[in-house]
Amino acid sequence: MSELTKKSLTEIANLIKKKEIKSEEVTQSFIKNIEKDKKLNSFITKCSESALKKAKDFDKKPKLDNLLPGIPIAVKDLFCTSGVKTTAGSKMLENFIPNYESTITNNLWNEGAFLLGKLNCDEYAMGSSNETSYFGNVMNPIAENTVPGGSSGGSASALAADLTPATIGTDTGGSIRQPASFTGTVGLKPTYGLCSRWGIVAFASSLDQAGPMTRNVEDCALMLEAMAGFDEKDSTSINKKKENYSKNLTDKIKGLKIGIPKEYRVEGMPKEIDKLWENGKKILKDSGAEIVDISLPNTKYALPAYYIVAPAEASSNLARYDGVKYGFRSSKGNNLIEMYENTRSEGFGDEVKRRILIGTYVLSSGYYDAYYLKAQKVRQLIKNDFDQAFKKVDTILTPSTPSSAFKIGEKKDDPISMYLNDIFTVPVNLAGIPAISIPAGHDNNKFPLGLQLIGKPLDEQKLLNIAFAAEKKINFKQTLNRWWEK
Amino acid sequence: MSEKSEKYLISGEKGKWEVVIGLEVHAQVTSNSKLFSGSSTKFGAEPNTQVSLIDSAFPGMLPVINEYCIQQAVKTGLGLNAKINPYSVFDRKNYFYADLPQGYQISQYKNPIVGEGEITLDLPTGSKKVGIERLHLEQDAGKSIHDLDPSSTFVDLNRSGVALMEIVSKPDLRSPDEVNAYVKKLRSIMRYLGTCDGNMQEGSLRADVNVSVRKEGDTKLGTRCEIKNVNSIKFMQMAIIYEAKRQVELLESGKSIDQETRLFDTKKNETRSMRSKEDAHDYRYFPDPDLLPLNLDKKLIEKIKKDLPELPDEKKERFIKEHSLTPYEANVLVSEKEISNYFEEVIKTSDKKLAKNWIMGDLFASLNEKNISISESPVTAKKMAQLIDSISSGVISGRTAKEVFEIMKETGEDPKKIIESKGLQQKSDPKELEKIIDKILSDNQDKAEQYKSGKDKLFGFFVGQVMKESGGKANPQLVNEILKKKLK
Repeated sequence: MSELTKKSLTEIANLIKKKEIKSEEVTQSFIKNIEKDKKLNSFITKCSESALKKAKDFDKKPKLDNLLPGIPIAVKDLFCTSGVKTTAGSKMLENFIPNYESTITNNLWNEGAFLLGKLNCDEYAMGSSNETSYFGNVMNPIAENTVPGGSSGGSASALAADLTPATIGTDTGGSIRQPASFTGTVGLKPTYGLCSRWGIVAFASSLDQAGPMTRNVEDCALMLEAMAGFDEKDSTSINKKKENYSKNLTDKIKGLKIGIPKEYRVEGMPKEIDKLWENGKKILKDSGAEIVDISLPNTKYALPAYYIVAPAEASSNLARYDGVKYGFRSSKGNNLIEMYENTRSEGFGDEVKRRILIGTYVLSSGYYDAYYLKAQKVRQLIKNDFDQAFKKVDTILTPSTPSSAFKIGEKKDDPISMYLNDIFTVPVNLAGIPAISIPAGHDNNKFPLGLQLIGKPLDEQKLLNIAFAAEKKINFKQTLNRWWEK
Repeated sequence: MSEKSEKYLISGEKGKWEVVIGLEVHAQVTSNSKLFSGSSTKFGAEPNTQVSLIDSAFPGMLPVINEYCIQQAVKTGLGLNAKINPYSVFDRKNYFYADLPQGYQISQYKNPIVGEGEITLDLPTGSKKVGIERLHLEQDAGKSIHDLDPSSTFVDLNRSGVALMEIVSKPDLRSPDEVNAYVKKLRSIMRYLGTCDGNMQEGSLRADVNVSVRKEGDTKLGTRCEIKNVNSIKFMQMAIIYEAKRQVELLESGKSIDQETRLFDTKKNETRSMRSKEDAHDYRYFPDPDLLPLNLDKKLIEKIKKDLPELPDEKKERFIKEHSLTPYEANVLVSEKEISNYFEEVIKTSDKKLAKNWIMGDLFASLNEKNISISESPVTAKKMAQLIDSISSGVISGRTAKEVFEIMKETGEDPKKIIESKGLQQKSDPKELEKIIDKILSDNQDKAEQYKSGKDKLFGFFVGQVMKESGGKANPQLVNEILKKKLK
């Protein structure tokens, strides 16, 4: 394996800027790694040829003042990429090739990056283990037959296995942070509206948010800087000035107040996670931050509220996949209704169907008030909890997940236990605020564990700074034996 | 006439029944682009040529509200004397159909952009106020075409996403004639405002008609049926007549009305059940998470209010006052913006009374005969003014003017040219006329004597003879004057 692929995004970008390496070399090294990725199954579509061509084009006429000069990047297969198959991990879109480019990927390309491939994910981003993908489950590079988390499982796996220098995912209830935590990588879910949703296959519109997944916090700042920005094509996009997250990154966090919510200490949580959390507190304290106990009293209602709001929106968002206009259409059926039924029965997987059913049910007349409306009220309460807390503290520190990565198949038939994976991440999406997961230690199996920092709306810079400071002190090391190449 | 005798009632076998009607009018917003995308809304384009990725619901596509459509809705609301809601919400109305690409229609459910309002109808029995319940914005669906192929349905998405205003009336209408007056008034107001072209042939204006019946004198509303998507006033009236009769027959035979959705078969002139209340769609309305709630700036509302054009009711009052028209005449002349514009254009230069009579008489007759609108008339306001001026200045007589108009309405020719080329100018030279009159008097000396001895009626005979001799071109006024002098 090339040493180049082990380097961080920032390092690679700097080497290219200093003309010490060429984009072609970088691209070639990642392609070499990708070619050995049969067992991880992290790619749905590989764009090796076009990436190499783009790299050569870049080297001929290098534009070095961009954030991501000549950097090949593989992205979650939920981002529409012009001329490249975009599947959302579903049979429904198995052969769907958009003729348009999502705003977020477009932003990356405008900063000098180009597409390396499309990464596996749970079907329509519905899952926490990457086991619901029509294109097969993804494995975690930390150990064979272990899930990488989900739904951005392919992204996390490819990133951790050095198949891409950085990547992007989407986070509806934890889909960036949980896989980041499971694979020992950094993942950030930005404030709702900071990154455009235009051109991203929708799961739950009021919760979906794209974000960076990287090897370290510095890379994360760089990626976020390239991604973020107002987009008039997305009505929920926030119109604000661009920020220089990478330039303004600092580990000076003296005097900042860090909140510790007591409600995040859940029953049955492994001791190792408790220890991790304690260690996190200690590190931040050592860096000059003040630790403050806080309460987020409505936390326990977050998961049930999430599993009403998200499926409700999904049931409506996924209505367009009906076999009429594009994507999969069943050949069976004698009339329109039968065509719909067969197309959607054959085209969607079980988890997607489960959520469409839940969503349809909670929006039905007679149930709307009891479920959807109530869930929206809970959502407001959860948001109020955070608002109150942020009057006292700058950020909130919690574990990212209640456990480390589990075995493939372990929770597949137990949706409740699967959904519990998102217990620490979901409240953040409901409140529309930013959060970052950074690798913070290992459990007894040497599986990585993550800590989550939650910030005020649009306070990404502070979040990154605290994460940056913590990262230095934690000094997380991950050694992979690269079993999948053997 | 007492008001009671004007009431529209259905005589059943067991008594008289009152018909209660409410309309949900779907009016296409006049706008170059669709409600949530930049696609063109032009009518009559090749199928599927005005469809964006948003209109066809491609993955990851998001709606962005067209501000102009919002302004148009506010303008319409103000024109309907309605409350403008500064806060409104777009909801998704979920159902599956081949011409509904998103699988939901973006509409407004609990919080519409316009609340209660009212319009005034001018009926033969006097004026009547009809309440408006609400006005909301929504997307149109595409069009399914079933008759091009025996086994396939084709879908045209050109209409998909076009902005509609749904204007819901209160159940205040009581007869097919009132429905006629209501739709026409609504259409007229929107055309004055420029918010809907009201073109029913192109589907810019359609209505769902809610009909119920109750015994004369009852105050409780009966169970209603909704007749979907009727696209002409005539069909609305036919559907109401049929439906009311059907309901009366059911009730009189001791049966009850099922609340249901029906369709009107224009060929058979009957309404048929589409789906019962039990089969009604559960649309699973919920606020569209892709769109933020709409918060209207008060300044914007004020500005639109300030810029509102003169509407038919105000114009009518002004016409009565300024142009001494009767309420009936004023009503006719303001009924359509184009007619009032035409009238005002003509009277800029020409005699008001003649203008009114010519427009409401010969011009309307010619439009009816050709089934065209006033803006399509070959006789433009300018040419009409010229024709009237020729009468006022004595160049031609009223009778000759009719002749000239007959040519104008076919060819659109300039009246002056017609008069000149046909030599239709009146003979207004007194000397020339005297010559003719002298000739007639000398030819009819006996009659002249009779007249002088008191047979006044013979005056008309002499006028007729003079006109005949002059080929109809003699100025009648001058002829009268000279004749009177000579016969003294």
